[in-house]
Amino acid sequence: MADYLNPQGWLLALLQTLLFVAAAPLLVGWIRLLKATLQNRRAASPLQPYRDLIKLFGKEPVVADTASVIFRAAPYVVFSTTVVTAAVIPLIAVNLPTAAIADVIVLVGFLALARFFLALAGMDVGTAFGGMGASREMTISSLGEPAMLMAIFTLTMTAQSTNIAHAIDFMLSSGFVLRPSFMFALFGMLLVAVAETGRIPVDNPTTHLELTMLHEAMILEYSGRHLALMEWAAQLKLMIYGVLIVNVFLPWGIATRLTPQALLLGLVTVLVKLMALAVVLAVAETGLAKMRLFRAPEFLNLAFLLALLGMLSHVILEVGA
Amino acid sequence: MNPFDWLSELLARFQDEHILVQRGSAIALAPAHLLGIDPEDWGRAAQTAAAYDCRWAGIWAEERGETLQVNAVLVRNGDHLVLRTAIPAGAPRLDSHTPYFPGADRMERHLRDLFGVDFSDHPDPRRWSRHNRWPEEAHPLRKSFAADQAPLPPQPEEDYAFIPVQGAGAYEIPVGPVHAGIIEPGHFRFLAVGETVLNLEERFGYTHKGIEKIAEGRDAFGLARLAGRVCGDTTVHHAWAACMAMERAARLAPPPRAVALRALLAERERIANHLGDIGAICNDVGFAFAQYQFSRLRELWQRDSAACFGHRLMMDAVIPGGVAADPDTPQLQRLRDGNARLRQELPGLYPILDDHPSLEDRLVTTGVLAPETARRLGVLGYMAKASGIDIDLRRDHPYAPYDHLPVATPLFSAGDVAARMKVRMEEILHSLELLDKLLDELPPGEVQRDWRAPAADSEGLGLVEGWRGEILTYVRFGSDGRVARFFPRDPSWFNWPALEQLIHGNIVPDFPVCNKSVNGSYSGQDL
Repeated sequence: MADYLNPQGWLLALLQTLLFVAAAPLLVGWIRLLKATLQNRRAASPLQPYRDLIKLFGKEPVVADTASVIFRAAPYVVFSTTVVTAAVIPLIAVNLPTAAIADVIVLVGFLALARFFLALAGMDVGTAFGGMGASREMTISSLGEPAMLMAIFTLTMTAQSTNIAHAIDFMLSSGFVLRPSFMFALFGMLLVAVAETGRIPVDNPTTHLELTMLHEAMILEYSGRHLALMEWAAQLKLMIYGVLIVNVFLPWGIATRLTPQALLLGLVTVLVKLMALAVVLAVAETGLAKMRLFRAPEFLNLAFLLALLGMLSHVILEVGA
Repeated sequence: MNPFDWLSELLARFQDEHILVQRGSAIALAPAHLLGIDPEDWGRAAQTAAAYDCRWAGIWAEERGETLQVNAVLVRNGDHLVLRTAIPAGAPRLDSHTPYFPGADRMERHLRDLFGVDFSDHPDPRRWSRHNRWPEEAHPLRKSFAADQAPLPPQPEEDYAFIPVQGAGAYEIPVGPVHAGIIEPGHFRFLAVGETVLNLEERFGYTHKGIEKIAEGRDAFGLARLAGRVCGDTTVHHAWAACMAMERAARLAPPPRAVALRALLAERERIANHLGDIGAICNDVGFAFAQYQFSRLRELWQRDSAACFGHRLMMDAVIPGGVAADPDTPQLQRLRDGNARLRQELPGLYPILDDHPSLEDRLVTTGVLAPETARRLGVLGYMAKASGIDIDLRRDHPYAPYDHLPVATPLFSAGDVAARMKVRMEEILHSLELLDKLLDELPPGEVQRDWRAPAADSEGLGLVEGWRGEILTYVRFGSDGRVARFFPRDPSWFNWPALEQLIHGNIVPDFPVCNKSVNGSYSGQDL
């Protein structure tokens, strides 16, 4: 178990969070590079998202006359909430002091809080696109959240804890066992992650068409450092879902002891796992067109169904076994 | 079928309606027929023609001294009939054709704005080309209006009366004229409930350039250059239509090699735009792979055009009396290689578009334009061919060199986005065949005949099948051999209103792909 009074542990937790926040743009850059390669384009450097962020931080934010304090505050709220979410997720080491608050329900709550402010900000200025994007985002998330919770509950029922660190410990201690419930939950989780992070086929992160946007429509009015924070938060969110998937369902390699060798191994394995996950995402995004908006509920219903099947198969096949 | 074998039947119907027909002429605007009628018969003539299944294809006017001469074009079986009347310039008043041909709506409003013609029973009193901030008495195409006066400072139009939103849960979405992407300016006003579109209104005119006004007084070459700029992506076809009109007015036939080269340019333009459109349609549903592949093909295609004709869009290649460029043997070989490349690559790409389930899910049944609506609006080109209307000037009313080329046209009846994309895919293949044939049988000889100024008052009608559909261009020369009147009618005049209809019942996020499948020209109809 974690030692909550160990200053070294707190330092590591802080470093891990910084690494998390700093690496998020790189993940997006890597996905873009993969997609460009798959589409026979010459790719920009994977560091391009950093350059974009630096550029945006250097620009003066332009704020609409009709904007209230919510509009100005939202980027900071959204970004800081997302950073806190990132802080509680084990990236390279499990059993850090922050693991105590790494409760999945809290985590879902943090994400919902960020989304709530994002939607408020979208509606704040009063343009048609912002309201449209907020309404769509809420439609998607109201269906995505139960599916995500259901997938997580499947996991926590097996691990007997809603704490992510405990779940990872359980996975590691029980060895590599192919559980049907986890497979279902994993696929459900993947679908939710695609919807929640605004990827194809639910949303198109690269579109310029205002009428088709979900996430982008809400941040259309942002510029300068506000936009930079919003973009960075979105990149973080993608990384959060990615790390959740690879570290909870396939935790092998994560550092359980805080030795330099173990930490290095943890870093390398999580990088490899994320890069592999990005390949899956890039292939799917290249091969698929965006869905009609009204197909998105069906998509998320499928995610919910998979998660539910996971829970059922846990109850039927695994309890008492 | 013989040309104009239906005309006697129409004339008989006119007679039954007591519509007096004067001054018929088969040669003044050949190959179209010209019929003079009285202004008081104007509306009833349209009513009779509508009952006789004619298509309405355009209206334009010209101030000639004390009178305003108004022309309208009716089409049946690919034969064009021009109705002409004269009304007093001081108090111009005419019956509207819009009640019988809904597609006439915007062009009549254009005429009302620019000439001050009062259409007595026109259903829509709002302005079209002349936005509301122009003074009421300013009619830019009147001779008394000076073309060189300083333009009004730009200012948004704020009081255009869109259909107001009514009912619980209904709301408006204003889009444009400034867009997030790099596209031309146009305003779209949606009335929506939830995500479902109840109604869409288009508001254009933001790229009004005064083309018709600045054409006055130009020489033939100046007009050809201007016509090539009516709409950048249709530069070849618009220039060809204008040159055809001028050559018919001047009784001048371009040499055979020039005619073949014009068709070569025109088919290249068709392929370039269709390639771009197919990619853009796929991109609007988030299928970026197709977008990049087709953009690449289009880019290579345009580089070939630049190498052989000096301009990526082949601007200014068509000139009065012939063409400006005569590609030599290596250049012709480059064009052949370009054809071969497309023939080699398209069979790899088409099956992906045809068989991709997630693409099919987005395109099939999206934005359906029913054949009946299409016919009523008089839509043209791929819009018509996707909605079961089999029209193509190159086949129905073949002009040189299509009179001895086998023109095959695709036909689909679904009328959805997928059908409009399929028409483009098929047309690319047909155009490739035409190109191969044109390259193989390119006649030798000169490519340009000396231009001679036509007789005073001579007029001509240019008719070509542009890549968006039929382009109709009217040119009249004044006494000094310079242009007195130029009216290019882009197919977008008829295809844009169809977008307002086909979007009904679709969801808001499907609008961009519906719009892209129509791909009307803003510039071509803002004039």
